Amino acid sequence: MLYRTAGQFKTSYTADQALFPIRQDAYLLGIILIFAWVVFPLTASEFTFQTLLIPILIYSLAAMGLNILTGYAGQLSLGTAAFMGVGAYACYKMVTIMPWMNPVVAILLSGVFSAGVGVAFGIPSLRIKGFYLAIATLAAQFFLVWLFEKWAWLYNYNASGAIQVPNLKMFGVYIAGPQADSMIQYFVVLGIVTLLTLLCINLTRGNLGRTWKATRDMDIAAELIGINLMKSKLTAFMVSSYVVGVAGALFVFMWRGAAEPNLFDIPLSFRILFIAIIGGLGSIMGNYLGAILIVGLPVMLNTLPQTLGIPISSAMVEHLNIMIIGSLIIFFLIIEPHGLARLWALIREKLIIWPFPY
Amino acid sequence: MKDLKGYVTADGRQIGGVLMEMRNITLKFGGVVAIKDISFDVREGEVRAIIGPNGAGKSSMLNIISGFYTPSEGEVWYKGEKRPPMKPYEVARQGVARTFQNIALFEGMTVLDNIMTGRLTHMNAGLVSQAMWWGKARDEEIANREKVEEVIDFLEIQNIRKTPVGRLPYGLKKRVELARALAAEPSILLLDEPMAGMNVEEKEDMSRFILDVNDEFGTTIALIEHDMGVVMDISDRVVVMDYGKKIGDGTPDEVRNNQDVIDAYLGVQH
Amino acid sequence: MLNDIFVAPFVDMFAAPDFLMQVLWEGLVSGILYALIALGFVLIYRSSRIFNFAQGIMVVFAALTLVGLHAMGVPAWICILLTLGVMFVLAVVIERVVLRPLVGQPDIILFMATIGITLFLIGLGEIIFGGENKVMITEELGIPTGSVLLEPFGGLLILEQKDITAVIVAALLVVGLLIFLNKTRMGRAIRALGDDHQAALSVGISLQTIWVLVWFIAGIIALVTGIAWGARAGVSFALEVIAYKALPVLMLGGLESITGAIIGGLMIGMLEKLFEIYWGQPLLGGNTETWFAFVLALIVLLFRPQGLFGERIIERV
Ligand SMILES: Nc1ncnc2c1ncn2[C@@H]1O[C@H](COP(=O)(O)OP(=O)(O)O)[C@@H](O)[C@H]1O
Ligand SMILES: [Mg+2]
Repeated sequence: MLYRTAGQFKTSYTADQALFPIRQDAYLLGIILIFAWVVFPLTASEFTFQTLLIPILIYSLAAMGLNILTGYAGQLSLGTAAFMGVGAYACYKMVTIMPWMNPVVAILLSGVFSAGVGVAFGIPSLRIKGFYLAIATLAAQFFLVWLFEKWAWLYNYNASGAIQVPNLKMFGVYIAGPQADSMIQYFVVLGIVTLLTLLCINLTRGNLGRTWKATRDMDIAAELIGINLMKSKLTAFMVSSYVVGVAGALFVFMWRGAAEPNLFDIPLSFRILFIAIIGGLGSIMGNYLGAILIVGLPVMLNTLPQTLGIPISSAMVEHLNIMIIGSLIIFFLIIEPHGLARLWALIREKLIIWPFPY
Repeated sequence: MKDLKGYVTADGRQIGGVLMEMRNITLKFGGVVAIKDISFDVREGEVRAIIGPNGAGKSSMLNIISGFYTPSEGEVWYKGEKRPPMKPYEVARQGVARTFQNIALFEGMTVLDNIMTGRLTHMNAGLVSQAMWWGKARDEEIANREKVEEVIDFLEIQNIRKTPVGRLPYGLKKRVELARALAAEPSILLLDEPMAGMNVEEKEDMSRFILDVNDEFGTTIALIEHDMGVVMDISDRVVVMDYGKKIGDGTPDEVRNNQDVIDAYLGVQH
Repeated sequence: MLNDIFVAPFVDMFAAPDFLMQVLWEGLVSGILYALIALGFVLIYRSSRIFNFAQGIMVVFAALTLVGLHAMGVPAWICILLTLGVMFVLAVVIERVVLRPLVGQPDIILFMATIGITLFLIGLGEIIFGGENKVMITEELGIPTGSVLLEPFGGLLILEQKDITAVIVAALLVVGLLIFLNKTRMGRAIRALGDDHQAALSVGISLQTIWVLVWFIAGIIALVTGIAWGARAGVSFALEVIAYKALPVLMLGGLESITGAIIGGLMIGMLEKLFEIYWGQPLLGGNTETWFAFVLALIVLLFRPQGLFGERIIERV
């Protein structure tokens, strides 16, 4: 009864193509948005902003970028973190060379650089497929991280080799750097993530989305029905790397506050791949579900023993964490290889027909 | 019959001039000669069949037309011009659509989305417009959706619109594949064994659809088919291939009475 | 600039051929280990279409188990047997818990599952053995630790005895595997599996048995590599990185080619060393070994998408 589609008839294709053909989905989204924009900011503590809300949003965005490439266009990438790095370093260079620049604009522009690098490293995908391509993306991963370390200009020749986010103001308020308030940063992140999510939804449900999915499902047939595979794959690399790059800039500027090259190493790439896969390849919402799980779980594991009064060292917690995440990945792959988004879709389907299951 | 003006069929349809012509096509895979010096033409408005035993080179011929294989020798003439070497997607954009011997649908997408991909050659809104779902992208989406709905109605698949293709039975998949090709509004439609693996009833449906397409939209059709009965029923002219060579070409009756064809093909049990 | 890139390195090579040989030797030692790991990959890939990312952590895990057992006072050679036992149990558990329920899933899902295994083993390893760097029990295993001095071209070439041992053992293992694959019923079944599941099943060996076996072989390979590399660099989780190097080897050699894995491994081992010494350090600030192999494989694949030894894939519709 929760989900009632009866009585909701589509009278035009426009209505049928609306974002939420079923009204309840729109309600649900409305509730989520109210929580995100009103309830959380009013109630969340500093700790919640820093350990849950902000990272979940940023990780979701990065996973969404990867999902466009891997889930929609079918090109497996293991180099996501390096492209986040490109975004972060590009942003750092822009705000230090042009301190007058609006930081949000800088963040949005930094994606342009990662998009460029992404297209360059996407060119092999025209010849190389499957796991071979995945290994090829590792070339980007290792090469770029090496470059972040060796190219001192990137980090303004700091002795530490790290980049430090300066204090940045927008409309008279600090939004990045040590002085910035968590809630403000949260709103900036939320705004950017919401905007990019909307754009990604539009891209994936339209003509380009179909082009990508066709390329993913059967590239030969795709080409034979008129898809220029080069264009299809390279736009996927471009859009994906753009989103990932913006996520990387947010990652450093709105959350970490500083970054060393090895922050963008392969474990981060895998973390994002987990989020995308556990959430569901080929789904936008799945990225959020995956990020909630992967970011939230360690926090829960950290706080649980304390609240229960179990004495356990933090190193032990860390290790247990890794083990549990590893097992969970396997567990989720076994129960639902198509991810949490599919799991939700199944529940939703049940709710639509409930209580008359036929 | 072979005059440039075309001819009139027994059932009174006017067939036009030459739309596509294969001239002395030879195709080799390494040492294997899959097609040997074959020429034939397809006329506007015609249903042209290519028949022959397995391995005769029929699919390879369609693949050459699609630009998927490049012939070792020979020329493809299309709409009165010699076609330069082209990528398959460019060929598709010139109005050549097709179905495949082994269904090649996009399994992860719904029926509707699959058919919408057929419209892809008619859509060109830019990235920004698409990302905003505004202006040209939105108009295109709606206009093309209407076209697709026409095809859906025509092929009577309204009730599976939103079903993921992976869940469909074989016969329906074949129909969706035809829908995807039709959605492109092609100048020439290539069908590679559209009725393979179907039961009698499904075959009848499919034959009816093919004839209707040809009738209502005047679409030129080149099809490969094994079932001789069907071929004789629906095609205007037939090319017969055997071991990469052409051994017959003409109306169904002419072909049926050609001694080479009888020996090589019709005599063999299938 | 052009001189630095195209002339000077070769001049250096000719000026000090003994040093060049030293570099090549070091490359060869790494290369044979890369080849070994790549072979483990190929076996698993051929028999189950699984791209086994856990190969690296298996190296670490095997080495840690060996050293850990010895620290508990177990005699060295018994440690080896016990570690092999642990790797066997691991293979059985992985087949049971992970592979069997995931049979028939898309490649990427299986691949992800092996990353899940990787994380699990990292956590488990840290909990049991701790994360700190350990010393490989080289001497206790009877591996000679001295060095051999040679004087080619009137220069000096130093070969560590443990490296020589590693090369010999690895080479023996490779030869042993080749014999196993070509001469035994089980081995042929594994190879047949790469081409055709039905054919392999008709040999009368169950898929499960084969999987346990190939994962166990991968475990043995992991142990040997773990000992050899641990003897050079100590035993820590950083060892995992060397298994990444097997990936470009696979790209070059082809995911299914046994010869490709061996030749690709040796090639990459030597070329990356050469590049690092003659180009990387003087021109690029060094440490190019992290990416060189990948970029090299990438470039080769751009020209030969099927890899150096793969057959050209002809697509059909
Ligand atoms: N991509 C290819 N590579 C090698 N040989 C091929 C290829 N495609 C087709 N052939 C060969 O060409 C011949 C004709 O095949 P095909 O055109 O599929 O025949 P048909 O469709 O008439 O059954 C066969 O011998 C087939 O093995
Ligand atoms: Mg055929």
